[in-house]
Amino acid sequence: MSLIEARNIKFGYDAKSVVENISFAVDAGQMVAVIGPNGSGKTTLLKIINGTLLPDAGQMMIDGQETGRWSRKEIAVKVAIVPQETSVIFPFYAEEIVLMGRFPHLGRYRFEDKKDYRIVHEAMEKTNSLAFASRRFGELSAGERQRVLIARALAQEPKILLLDESTVFLDLKHQAQFMALLHQLNAEQNLTVMFVTHDINLAAQNSEKIIMLDSGKIYAIGMPADVITAANIKEVYDVHAGIDANPYDGSPRVTLLK
Amino acid sequence: MFLVLLALSIVSLSLGAVRIAPGHVFSYLIDALWGNLSFSSEEELILFSVRLPRIIFAGIVGAALAIGGVIFQAILRNPLADPYILGISGGSALGAIIGIVIGAGSFYIGVPLLAFLGALTTVFLVFIVAGSSRGPLQDNTLLLSGVVVNAFFSAAILFFLSVVNSMELHSITFWLMGDLSRASAREIGIAAVCLVAGFILLYGQARKLNLIVQGEDTAEHLGVHVERTKQWLLILTSLIISVAVSLAGIIGFVGIMVPHFMRLVFGSDHRLLLPVSALFGASFLIAADTVARVVLAPAELPVGVITALCGAPYFIFLLKRKAW
Repeated sequence: MSLIEARNIKFGYDAKSVVENISFAVDAGQMVAVIGPNGSGKTTLLKIINGTLLPDAGQMMIDGQETGRWSRKEIAVKVAIVPQETSVIFPFYAEEIVLMGRFPHLGRYRFEDKKDYRIVHEAMEKTNSLAFASRRFGELSAGERQRVLIARALAQEPKILLLDESTVFLDLKHQAQFMALLHQLNAEQNLTVMFVTHDINLAAQNSEKIIMLDSGKIYAIGMPADVITAANIKEVYDVHAGIDANPYDGSPRVTLLK
Repeated sequence: MFLVLLALSIVSLSLGAVRIAPGHVFSYLIDALWGNLSFSSEEELILFSVRLPRIIFAGIVGAALAIGGVIFQAILRNPLADPYILGISGGSALGAIIGIVIGAGSFYIGVPLLAFLGALTTVFLVFIVAGSSRGPLQDNTLLLSGVVVNAFFSAAILFFLSVVNSMELHSITFWLMGDLSRASAREIGIAAVCLVAGFILLYGQARKLNLIVQGEDTAEHLGVHVERTKQWLLILTSLIISVAVSLAGIIGFVGIMVPHFMRLVFGSDHRLLLPVSALFGASFLIAADTVARVVLAPAELPVGVITALCGAPYFIFLLKRKAW
């Protein structure tokens, strides 16, 4: 049984459909990239996977059950999402933000106990954000904030981690650290990772499966070498690209042609 | 914070048109705790039948307004929101004015009852205006509906103000500025029960509020049923505020100042923020009411004048302050 399974999903706002005919399966422990032009339905797809949006037709199965049948809390224990950015209007400390990841594990009128603090501590250690635990979230740099948000997602102790263009605001060094962390979590905890990105090379290098979306439909799905082809890029992004295997790990490399 | 409230209450009990030494206040209170009250002296009479109920009432109203401010600021994700933002003030004022004009004041809790109904009607109206078939309540639509409904009621209030006689005008003006002197013991009791029950229910939502402040998407991702939580909080908070407003009139600025001040001191975790705001709101309104009673003694100022005098400069400070 696949951990994530989409069966012929359709979803739209008002009458306009945003995604259609979406079917795919992701097994536990896989690292999957989702790519596609702006407005192709990538973020919508993530929200359908974590049950924030329910499909109009078809079934979104997580852990063998439709998302609509899990409660919000039950699903938050299985699926965590790292957003692009979070705006803060009131002052919270970084540690408080990470502690919020424990929400789905706690009952009403309950405070976090030692175990929760230990998990939060570990999550911050892994993401290299422990150093600014007691600083205000709003005062942190974009890269530091992103690491805090990842720590919050880890504190949820999910089986599936969804990332919505999480590297956009990171510089090269932090991008590299970030991807290394994802691989480490994937290897050590068998964490299933699905990440949305505009960076096709990043996707090709860091995933074993790529879902390529175009206008709300899956245009191609499969191994990076099968999906990242000059023909697909031309059709989906409307640009001429040269594709070769990069000499370091052999994954497909995209070069934009003039 | 609790000690501050206690100390302030004792100071407030001793001050007024008739001064009672704090030492006496203390010994009377101890006597009262042991159940041997005689009401023999004038001091005891003033203390227990006039000042103590009023202080308790001020505390309840202050706490309710402060909590209302915390909640509305959080669910609307707007630091400038206050408990009246959804038009509760306008609606209850109109209800109260109608009550005063038709002479409901001569009936038992006539005016507060009409004010309460006015407040409820407003909230109902705002929900209808803001709600749409397209789905969830949008914060901005909600805020704007509040503004619109409030503007409409303001016009109606001005209309009444221009046609009533001078006696009615005086009581209306006092009502509009907030007045803690009218409530009867029974009304205070009702308000206290509502506040305590409401607070316990609201406190159960404190962690969810922390998440909602991070953004509705984020809260949803982390396992909060945002829509349901927001509706429940809006209804509960509106009820508490309606009770407070219908008994005390419109007391401004408590609901906006106290939450911000408490955030500066204690941070934004609502599990701490809610109780400290309640306590500080209570303390603040007791202090303001004491000032209102004392400065022109034996005459009284409406307490809303004092809170607005403190509140407006603080509000400007908040606006000029840099982002969090």
